[in-house]
Amino acid sequence: MSDLKSPPAAAVKKFIAAAGAPTGPAGFRPWLARVWPTHRRPSRKVIELIVLLTPALALFTFFVLLPICIAAYYGLFNWSGYGTLSDFVGLHNYRLVLDDPVFRESVLHNVIIAVLSLLIQLPLSISLALLLNRRLRGGSLLRMAVFAPYVLSEATTAVLWLLMLQPGGFVDQVFKAVGLGHEIHQWLASTSIVLYTMFVVVTWKYIGFGIILLLAGLQGVPVELREAAAIDGASSWQVTRRITLPLLGPTIRIWIFLSMIGSLQLFDIVWIMTIGGPANASSTMVTYMIENGFRSLEFGYGSAVAVILFIISFVFALLYQRFALRRDTAGALTGAVG
Amino acid sequence: MRSTRKYAAVGVAVAAALGLAACSSSSSSTPSSSGKKSSGKVTLTWWNNATANPLKAVYLSAIKSFEASHPGVTITNVPVQNEQFTTKMPLALQSSDPPSIFQQWGGGQEATQIKSGKLTNLTTLASSLISQLGPAAAGWQVNGQQYGIPYDLHMVGFWYRKDLFAKAGITSTPTTMPELNADVAKLKKAGIAPIAVGSKDRWPDAFYWDYFAVRECSIATLKTAVKAISANYPCFAKAGDDLKTFMATKPFQTGFLGTPAQVGAGSSAGLVANGKAAMELQGDWDPGVMSALTSNKKVLDQIGWFPFPSVPGAAGSPTALLGGGDGFSCTTTAAEPACVDFLKYLDSPAVQEKLVATANVGLPANPAAASALTLAAEKTILSTSQHASYVQNYFDIAYPTNVGQALDNAVANYFAGQGSPDGIVTAIDQAASQQ
Repeated sequence: MSDLKSPPAAAVKKFIAAAGAPTGPAGFRPWLARVWPTHRRPSRKVIELIVLLTPALALFTFFVLLPICIAAYYGLFNWSGYGTLSDFVGLHNYRLVLDDPVFRESVLHNVIIAVLSLLIQLPLSISLALLLNRRLRGGSLLRMAVFAPYVLSEATTAVLWLLMLQPGGFVDQVFKAVGLGHEIHQWLASTSIVLYTMFVVVTWKYIGFGIILLLAGLQGVPVELREAAAIDGASSWQVTRRITLPLLGPTIRIWIFLSMIGSLQLFDIVWIMTIGGPANASSTMVTYMIENGFRSLEFGYGSAVAVILFIISFVFALLYQRFALRRDTAGALTGAVG
Repeated sequence: MRSTRKYAAVGVAVAAALGLAACSSSSSSTPSSSGKKSSGKVTLTWWNNATANPLKAVYLSAIKSFEASHPGVTITNVPVQNEQFTTKMPLALQSSDPPSIFQQWGGGQEATQIKSGKLTNLTTLASSLISQLGPAAAGWQVNGQQYGIPYDLHMVGFWYRKDLFAKAGITSTPTTMPELNADVAKLKKAGIAPIAVGSKDRWPDAFYWDYFAVRECSIATLKTAVKAISANYPCFAKAGDDLKTFMATKPFQTGFLGTPAQVGAGSSAGLVANGKAAMELQGDWDPGVMSALTSNKKVLDQIGWFPFPSVPGAAGSPTALLGGGDGFSCTTTAAEPACVDFLKYLDSPAVQEKLVATANVGLPANPAAASALTLAAEKTILSTSQHASYVQNYFDIAYPTNVGQALDNAVANYFAGQGSPDGIVTAIDQAASQQ
């Protein structure tokens, strides 16, 4: 049916007929009208929604909502994973997590990574995307090169960099070769540097994704607008600043959203390269969770960490949707559909 | 639109099926393992960490010959990635269908697993084997009861490069801490990194604190401390002081905090293998790790072994060792005596020799297979362990898992220059209070 707003009466009739119900005045309708008044009867659209949404909702409930509730429940117990859930401790685990200086430090590390992404990755992605959007000789080759790291798995990336960053390893050799020998640091061993090393590796891995996203966004900026501005005498910087960037807004906002959530959930690369060390200098919320949940067999405590991590990410996502993404998703999510 | 209702029905059915599947997956996804007897036939499911050859091949041939000599018994081999046991075992032991036999490292983790009530007490079932294994079996006992049987043993000591020692003018291996400190100074003077340590992985750091505790504490105190899940004894504080004194000599390679233990040529094992560091405090498995990390074919001839030096004036036994091993437990769903018979078979000289000679698992649990050891250093380790006054299980295994992790983290933090040696004792007792 093409008209989704309100199915015409004929369509309802047809549907009821098709459903095999008696339609005669003495049959179905009066009975139906008695038990189910017309204004409360589900429209065809509602039935369609039920049919189409049930499988997805069931999956979502069983594999997302239910585990979250179970994790929250486990978080109320002191539980090693063996035996029954018998040692009820209320909110004690949650209090312990929030009181632990190592957890707070981990949250801070996530925030640092997120802020650095905004300050460094974003401008870098935008400028590289603008550059690659021009007609360059070997442009497609360059595009492929910047995108290549994104294709590697996080584990491969981490092992690769772990080996390159060993003292006297590839990175140090490169520094020496270009005359920066005095700038060589203990990239993974220094507690004051290791977090920034992680950021560099994360940037190397994910910059390609940002660039591809922004390149796609640039395709949506009409050439006519830029041409018109140029004809009106705008400089190339003005065209970029006043035309291109504003029209890239939705893409940039989505990138920020993905990048922030990614920063909050940073795990694989850190875990393989440093296990959050040395002395928790590169720990993140998720490495903290794995460390204290699985490795220490404290599943109750680990669940509490997981729930707190979920709440932090969820609140951020909601606030961001409400205040930043609202314009972009207007109509798709917020407008009345029915 | 006749099909709308059908769709609805199908949708509901799919949802219901998914729900049921989600609920029942825990019991149906694991391979059937209960070794119930039915008309004399027995099936045993064996979860082990042999995911690759040569160990896997040794296990498969052991299964074959065991099945041939025990008609009616079938063993299903289920290799599981080593690290996955931590997450899989709690779930498996909760279910009604746990594996019949599974990988067991003993100590505090075994004690935690016993709480599930699903581990078979092997004390009487395997009494003759247990007495044959001697003190080696103690690591798999909880309150004097045997819940696991080892198939190999590991001992920690110093691996060193004979060529680098000679280059630094060191003529004999150190037997006391002052001698070791003097050798560290000599090596530094010769421009050689004295000791490699894989601090990134944390557990290698703990070896040092563990060994100082073994040297400072009497055997009786060590036993009491593990049983009481505490380190609040004066000798453990002394161990911390010893560690502090030792760390002050700065014996480790540059950037050791970021060095992995066994991954890549830049790992601590790789540094020794490639002649970039002179010593490493590691388990007896180290030669196998080293030879994989270097193109130097002669590395096994160039390395030697000596036990952790004694600490002058310390109350502990100078011949006690730090170690551990690998073993297996039977669960209560497994048919007996088939299950215990299989564990005994794995410790028979024939299988033990293959495990040692072909699969390089380490020291054999059964001393009768000692002749299969090929490396001279390994023979030294075995004879040292046979003359040891006591073998202390690594503390991070001996204590319950969360306490062991707290210990590793506290020692690693101290290595990274944070906290004090006393903080290690505090961390252990704090984690123990959450038990």
